Amino acid sequence: MGMTMTQKILAAHAGLESVEAGQLIEAKLDVVMANDITGPMAVPVFRKMADKVFDKDKVVLVPDHFTPNKDIKSAENSKSIREFAKEQGLTHYYEIGQMGIEHALLPEKGITVAGECIIGADSHTCTYGALGAFSTGVGTTDIATGMAMGELWFKVPSAIQFVLKGKPGKFVSGKDIILHIIGKIGVDGALYKSMEFVGEGLSNLSMDDRFTMANMAIEAGAKNGIFLVDEKAEAYMKEHSEKEYKIYTPDEDAIYDEVIEIDLAEVRPTVAFPHLPGNAHTIDEIEEMEPIRIDQVVIGSCTNGRMEDMRRAAAVLKGHKVHPDVRVIVIPGTQKIYKECLKEGIAEIFVDAGCAFSTPSCGPCMGGHMGVLAAGEKCVSTTNRNFVGRMGHVDSLIYLASPETAAASAIAGYIANPEKVGA
Amino acid sequence: MKAKGHVFKYGDNVDTDVIIPARYLNSFDAKELASHAMVDIDPEFAGKVKPGDIIVARKNFGCGSSREHAPLCLKTAGVSCIIAETFARIFFRNSINIGLPIIECKEAAMEIEAGDEVEIDFDSGKIYDRTKGTEYQGQPFPEFMQKIISAGGLVSYTNEKVKSGSN
Repeated sequence: MGMTMTQKILAAHAGLESVEAGQLIEAKLDVVMANDITGPMAVPVFRKMADKVFDKDKVVLVPDHFTPNKDIKSAENSKSIREFAKEQGLTHYYEIGQMGIEHALLPEKGITVAGECIIGADSHTCTYGALGAFSTGVGTTDIATGMAMGELWFKVPSAIQFVLKGKPGKFVSGKDIILHIIGKIGVDGALYKSMEFVGEGLSNLSMDDRFTMANMAIEAGAKNGIFLVDEKAEAYMKEHSEKEYKIYTPDEDAIYDEVIEIDLAEVRPTVAFPHLPGNAHTIDEIEEMEPIRIDQVVIGSCTNGRMEDMRRAAAVLKGHKVHPDVRVIVIPGTQKIYKECLKEGIAEIFVDAGCAFSTPSCGPCMGGHMGVLAAGEKCVSTTNRNFVGRMGHVDSLIYLASPETAAASAIAGYIANPEKVGA
Repeated sequence: MKAKGHVFKYGDNVDTDVIIPARYLNSFDAKELASHAMVDIDPEFAGKVKPGDIIVARKNFGCGSSREHAPLCLKTAGVSCIIAETFARIFFRNSINIGLPIIECKEAAMEIEAGDEVEIDFDSGKIYDRTKGTEYQGQPFPEFMQKIISAGGLVSYTNEKVKSGSN
């Protein structure tokens, strides 16, 4: 019986010829990752099981959520994983000044490549599926087990195949496409399943578009999102990694629960309204509404903090000023992206426009620090979740959008069409 | 193995950010987390919940983050079981791993109301609404899963197995 991409990777890591949806397997892990929120909780659990991690090159720790540390408790937590990383001699521990938001950092550092089986104690670990890896988020107990054993049990998922065709419009990027898809299938539309992206339209998506899309597979309830590896993905991996990668393609007779065709040319700039990522509205619908006045804009995160996101936002903001009633916080995903922003003059564009330009951090995305919202405030954010209270006060409102829509809104003071401001 | 208590009822897509907001995640002390459980969806929950009480919700309970703090704070607050139409997958796995029983049962999730007294038999998977006098069939828990829950989670269960040499 034919297998999906995900099923082939899982079979290979379980040492099996084939697997089918629903089957329980134990799979070997290539990367096991945790951060400064999940790592400190995992260390004591790990110690109940083992003294040494299974492989010091495969266990990765990135302090990115509440860093640079926002309070004493967070500082203690970061200290605990810093000491653990030293004690275990971990190859991949990235300190402030070298680090980045985990899901922007790992592919950039070449730690994750196609064909791998990856777990991370962060739900957006599904990001690495953009490279053709099986990658999924887990909790503390599972990550501690992974760190100790180098393997974990999985239930093999079924899949939905998304066949992409056509070319997206100039002001449409990965964020608009994934918000469009989640709007279509719902926040549990892919519950327990893989989202597999294939089709000729792939060639019109950059790697940064794909990272954004795979990143938000979890927002449709998916176990993982995965892209067919093409020349662009191979070129990316060759540039960033020395690791050997393996390309898995779906069998022609692979069984999918559903096949959904997406014409990229028809996707419009899309915004998810409070309080669900599936609550999607096109910019054309929004333009017919009363203007939605905003207090804050955040451009960054593991969803949209990559170089292309910075370039797209800067292109809209160039020569403009941020609306006087709006605070804008721009957070590049990694130190490398930060430096590139300096080199290309993009940092200057942001600062001249009146934006705060920050060191990499998850920061305001989860209401941690660096841009927490007050009661009644509205924020246009390029992050991934607009749940109640996610970025601060329980009565604040979050609108999820692309970097270009966020930048256009920052100038206008209300949710605005980037096609008009940026043209 | 059984659970019995009064019901707190919620709707679709109860996410991990309302179960335990990130502003409290600078701690992983279970009791401290429990004191903030459900604060952004039901500020009275932590003060009202009694040991044994049961949460009943609709679709996609626990969607969002991978934070194991979410099931942990509910278990520590006294919740003995969660019944929902469906659970988000990371929350599902985390709950079993920390020994918090969860059951998917559409009819029960639809019909049981807040305040009802509910009893669950994990051997048979039967759910009894004692207030309404109704009965529902959820999936029974396999023996190993009941043992994980009795032991208080996967780690303790594994350690017990290793110590008793039964592995």
